[in-house]
Amino acid sequence: MPNITKERRVISVVVMNESSVLARVTALFAGRGYNIDSLTVAAIPNSDMSHITIETNGSKRVMEQITKQLHKLIPVYKVIEHEEMVEKEMVLVKFPIAENLSDIAALSAAYNGGIVNVGPEMVITQVADEPKRIHHFIEAAQRYNPCEIVRSGVVAIER
Amino acid sequence: MKMSGAQMVCEAIIAEGVKTVFGYPGGAIMHVYDEIYKQDGFEHILNRHEQASVHAADGYARATGEVGVAMVTSGPGFTNAVTGLATAYMDSIPMVVISGQVPLSLIGTDGFQEIDAVGISRPCTKHNFLVRTLEELPRILKEAFYIARSGRPGPVLVDVPKDITVEIGNFVYPDSVNIPSYKPTYKGNNRQIDKAVEAIKSAKKPLLYIGGGVVLSNASDLVREFAQKAQIPAVETLMARGVMGASNPLLLGMLGMHGNYSSNMAMSETDLVISLGARFDDRVTGKLSEFAKYADIIHVDIDPANISKLVDVDFPIVGDITKVLEKMLPLLDDVNPDRYNAWREILKRYEELHPLSYIDSDDVIKPQWAIERIGKLVGEDAIITSDVGQHQMWAAQHYPFDRPRQWINSGGLGTMGFGFPAALGAKKAHPEKVVINITGDGSILMNMQELVTAAEYKIPVINVILNNHFLGMVRQWQTFFYEKRYSETDLSFQPNFKALAEACGGIGYDVTTKEEFDAALKDAIEQDKVCFMNVQTNRFENVLPMVPSGGALFNMMLPQTIKSSGEEK
Repeated sequence: MPNITKERRVISVVVMNESSVLARVTALFAGRGYNIDSLTVAAIPNSDMSHITIETNGSKRVMEQITKQLHKLIPVYKVIEHEEMVEKEMVLVKFPIAENLSDIAALSAAYNGGIVNVGPEMVITQVADEPKRIHHFIEAAQRYNPCEIVRSGVVAIER
Repeated sequence: MKMSGAQMVCEAIIAEGVKTVFGYPGGAIMHVYDEIYKQDGFEHILNRHEQASVHAADGYARATGEVGVAMVTSGPGFTNAVTGLATAYMDSIPMVVISGQVPLSLIGTDGFQEIDAVGISRPCTKHNFLVRTLEELPRILKEAFYIARSGRPGPVLVDVPKDITVEIGNFVYPDSVNIPSYKPTYKGNNRQIDKAVEAIKSAKKPLLYIGGGVVLSNASDLVREFAQKAQIPAVETLMARGVMGASNPLLLGMLGMHGNYSSNMAMSETDLVISLGARFDDRVTGKLSEFAKYADIIHVDIDPANISKLVDVDFPIVGDITKVLEKMLPLLDDVNPDRYNAWREILKRYEELHPLSYIDSDDVIKPQWAIERIGKLVGEDAIITSDVGQHQMWAAQHYPFDRPRQWINSGGLGTMGFGFPAALGAKKAHPEKVVINITGDGSILMNMQELVTAAEYKIPVINVILNNHFLGMVRQWQTFFYEKRYSETDLSFQPNFKALAEACGGIGYDVTTKEEFDAALKDAIEQDKVCFMNVQTNRFENVLPMVPSGGALFNMMLPQTIKSSGEEK
């Protein structure tokens, strides 16, 4: 299969909230050798469904096939291949307390975040922004010797 | 009504109208078997291996169009069933397999005979369920049957933990199913249908490309009417043999790797492919970039995922073939059948140039002769099953299939050992028909234990073993592509097939001449007992024509290009 133009894609999958549904969705990627770059899942309020957001990459044809195969799964209610979307990601970063806290606070603030926890040895910041900006934030944070970085994965909603 | 989970399983099977269940008991499923003992709503056939149970249920489903049911225990019982599930999945066969599971409290503890059945079967079932409460059992059973037979059919696994089969609860079998996330499209978009019809009207060289979906949709009468009305020639895939009927002048034959010359040339030269329930399998298309290179493609399929999966489709129609053709047929009223005269003439010439042929012999039975002979002697009365290999291709090429569901074989997965148990299922479904499994000396040994099943339940299935003392198809590839290094394909060491059949309560025939063949087949039909007909054929016959794997369809190895007798040593 021609795999020339690999592009980043974000897919939302609305599924019945039942056991093993996530396994069905991810197995579909695994079985075909497609990679999942990020994955978020949570129940949709006041319903018996869950929302799965998958960040992946592949050619148009591959994505079309993935979308169709996802749709074929019995508990899958809806598949949205995002084009015009608002997307956000969150990251938690732990820095040593010895680092320059005002710099860290300013940097986090520049990316719509801030310090959320301070302990005797560590300080934790939280930033929620577009995935691209999160990426920049992590790059900028490198100079303050972060000891742990946890990203949430993307959530997206079509505009 | 109050009853146990085990009883609910039986009640659901009865409510679904299933008359025969194939299976094999074991620890985790014992309570269900206890209820089977007490009921008389369906018959249970004890196969001698779980794989055979699932294939038998599959054969039953293929012969009838109804959902086949198999029952196995947990652990090895289930894992033995996996090949059967995968076989049915690849060919979209409606089936429900019920497997026992260790009690809920033991799941995940490496309990005795515990295996993650839903995990293993996920990629080879249409859907699967692990039952977690007794309350949901009736709904799950109802949904399992519904999912199996609706939309694009397929096998469904229901994994039932042992403690749930013991528990007592209230049983109400639901009348209907409501799965908000599962709504197959049956109707076919009207505008797409209109566009497709316009394309047919403006085409010069249209070709019907008929797949197994036509059989599954029971649409063969409509397809014949379609072809007849517009006088459009047709090719069939392996799974669609019988749809057009062997004597139909519009049928060119089977296309693909072992398709006949005119079929493959038609596909290479057509300007409009009308694909009905076919999925552009690699064994059909050969080299994709050369496949139907000059054609627009109309693709009717109930599964949207099949459309534009391998080739770009110009007129996609998602829907049930029956529903789509019912709409399409009246629109063909103003198609002038004469429009395609020139095209049919070309194809006729191709047909005359290289008809499907083989060189017969007086000294030895040629496998193609044997198949044609069966066709002459029993013809449309018989149901033919097959295993996988050369005999399967010869049967598909040479048997005069006259109706759908007459030809039962494992096309997608290519499962050796499928034919014999599938024949048992077909015979249970149609006891009045002669059921013949055309097989090879390799395949038959993969489920030969079913001799015992067939003998015990008096299921008179005829196994015609086309015996060339080789794993013939692999040997053929070794001849052509591996410089005749016959690595592990020589089956010169053989069991005594006649004695084997007799030892298990059947009949055996050793056949070396044409006279013996006729006599044995006649006797086998009269005897009404399972049998092995061990037919000695020539060793090095090749299946021709052949498109080498990955080659373009029009590049066929034809009988004439191989030394005189179609045999190369």
